[in-house]
Amino acid sequence: MADKLATLGFRSFLSHQFLKRSVAAVSCRYANTLSNETVEKHRTSTLAHDKEQKEEKKISAPAPPGLKHVHPEFLPNPTFYRRDRIKEKLERQDMYRRRAVCPIPEFYVGSIMAVTLADPYASGKTNRFVGICIQRASYGLRANFTLRNVVDNQGLEIRYDMYSPLIQKVEVLRLEKRLDDELFYLRDAPAEFSTVPFNLEAVSHPPGAPVPVNTTKVKLGPRPWHERWERRNLRGVQDLGLPEKFYEKAKKVAKPWEEYDLMLKYRTSINPQETDEVMDEVAEGFREIERKRRREKLEKS
Amino acid sequence: MAALMRSRLPSLLPSLPLSQNFSTTNSLQHIIKLTRLRVVDNSMLGNQSVVAGKPPRCIHVYNKTGVGRVGDKVLVAIMGQKKRAFIVGVKQRARPNKPRFDSNNIVLVEDNGAPTGTRIRVPVPSDMRAMEGDVTKILALATKFA
Repeated sequence: MADKLATLGFRSFLSHQFLKRSVAAVSCRYANTLSNETVEKHRTSTLAHDKEQKEEKKISAPAPPGLKHVHPEFLPNPTFYRRDRIKEKLERQDMYRRRAVCPIPEFYVGSIMAVTLADPYASGKTNRFVGICIQRASYGLRANFTLRNVVDNQGLEIRYDMYSPLIQKVEVLRLEKRLDDELFYLRDAPAEFSTVPFNLEAVSHPPGAPVPVNTTKVKLGPRPWHERWERRNLRGVQDLGLPEKFYEKAKKVAKPWEEYDLMLKYRTSINPQETDEVMDEVAEGFREIERKRRREKLEKS
Repeated sequence: MAALMRSRLPSLLPSLPLSQNFSTTNSLQHIIKLTRLRVVDNSMLGNQSVVAGKPPRCIHVYNKTGVGRVGDKVLVAIMGQKKRAFIVGVKQRARPNKPRFDSNNIVLVEDNGAPTGTRIRVPVPSDMRAMEGDVTKILALATKFA
């Protein structure tokens, strides 16, 4: 009995400490905001005088299965204290509105893209940059991607906010994927691996065809590097040729159990049911954009 | 000296070599005093420093923060001389729509503000065209804007 109590007491102490720490970490940054649970409780309460009136929007057809990989930025941020159902919905509506004006084609990390940006100081008032997409990050209206190129032996990277009103045109010149999710190792590779000519002509991708995977294995330059790439499980890189002690250390700091950590997966991703709900809405939003475009075309003709 | 210190302080300095006693994490890539820079104009002095393998060092940043940004003036030590220069590209994380360079680029200028070289060989950030003052003199040498 005493043992049981001790274990219980110990556990409650642990959870109390954990709660204190996590609440402190959240409340420093979000001290002036209400927690999502509180807001949600008010919205669904029967006593609230301004009770939310839910509109059941009709979804004519479910989303195609791969849509969440094509447009990952429509999924909400999985960090729990950044969630807000209404905010996410409003952001998605703004995203459809922006996409109706400036279409953003399908692209992945590794695709070669060109972005035309409004630039008040440039001749012609626009600035076009071509490069290979090395990163795709963030959620909702803040979603962004980074293009990298080498111009006159000078490595250059530009991060673009996808829904920025300054962007005038986004072109995908080569639609392809790479073996890794982020290509930051190109910074440590010779220039030829990230050089893209500015006058590269677009190759159209037949709709419905699978996206090709570019299996180029990059040969990195000599150390020092920006990061310890031997610790990153990179697939698109040739053998790094390091002494054995580097790999031993990498093995020591690796966390191979994380892929079996169900709670970690739960905390860092949106659950399948919610993903489906969001993606059905996104598919409907895209159909609405298409309908609007057709109507405008008809009116013009 | 190091050997002497090690014999006196055996507990503080373990058997590791001295170079492994401090952390070498990735820095903020700030341009501060003693940062190595890269000359990107075609001036004689810049070419000499490239050939000799002795890149210039920042020895002063002419602003209040002490951290050099695009368009700031710096004092550099290059080939045994003191020269003034303008920063035209930084390695640091940039804001959206602004370029981030793989090297910290500078363009040398004389004390009267006139550029030493006649051409800049790499792209220059486009938003530099909004700047005012002596920086505008070096923008005339730029061949490309990014």
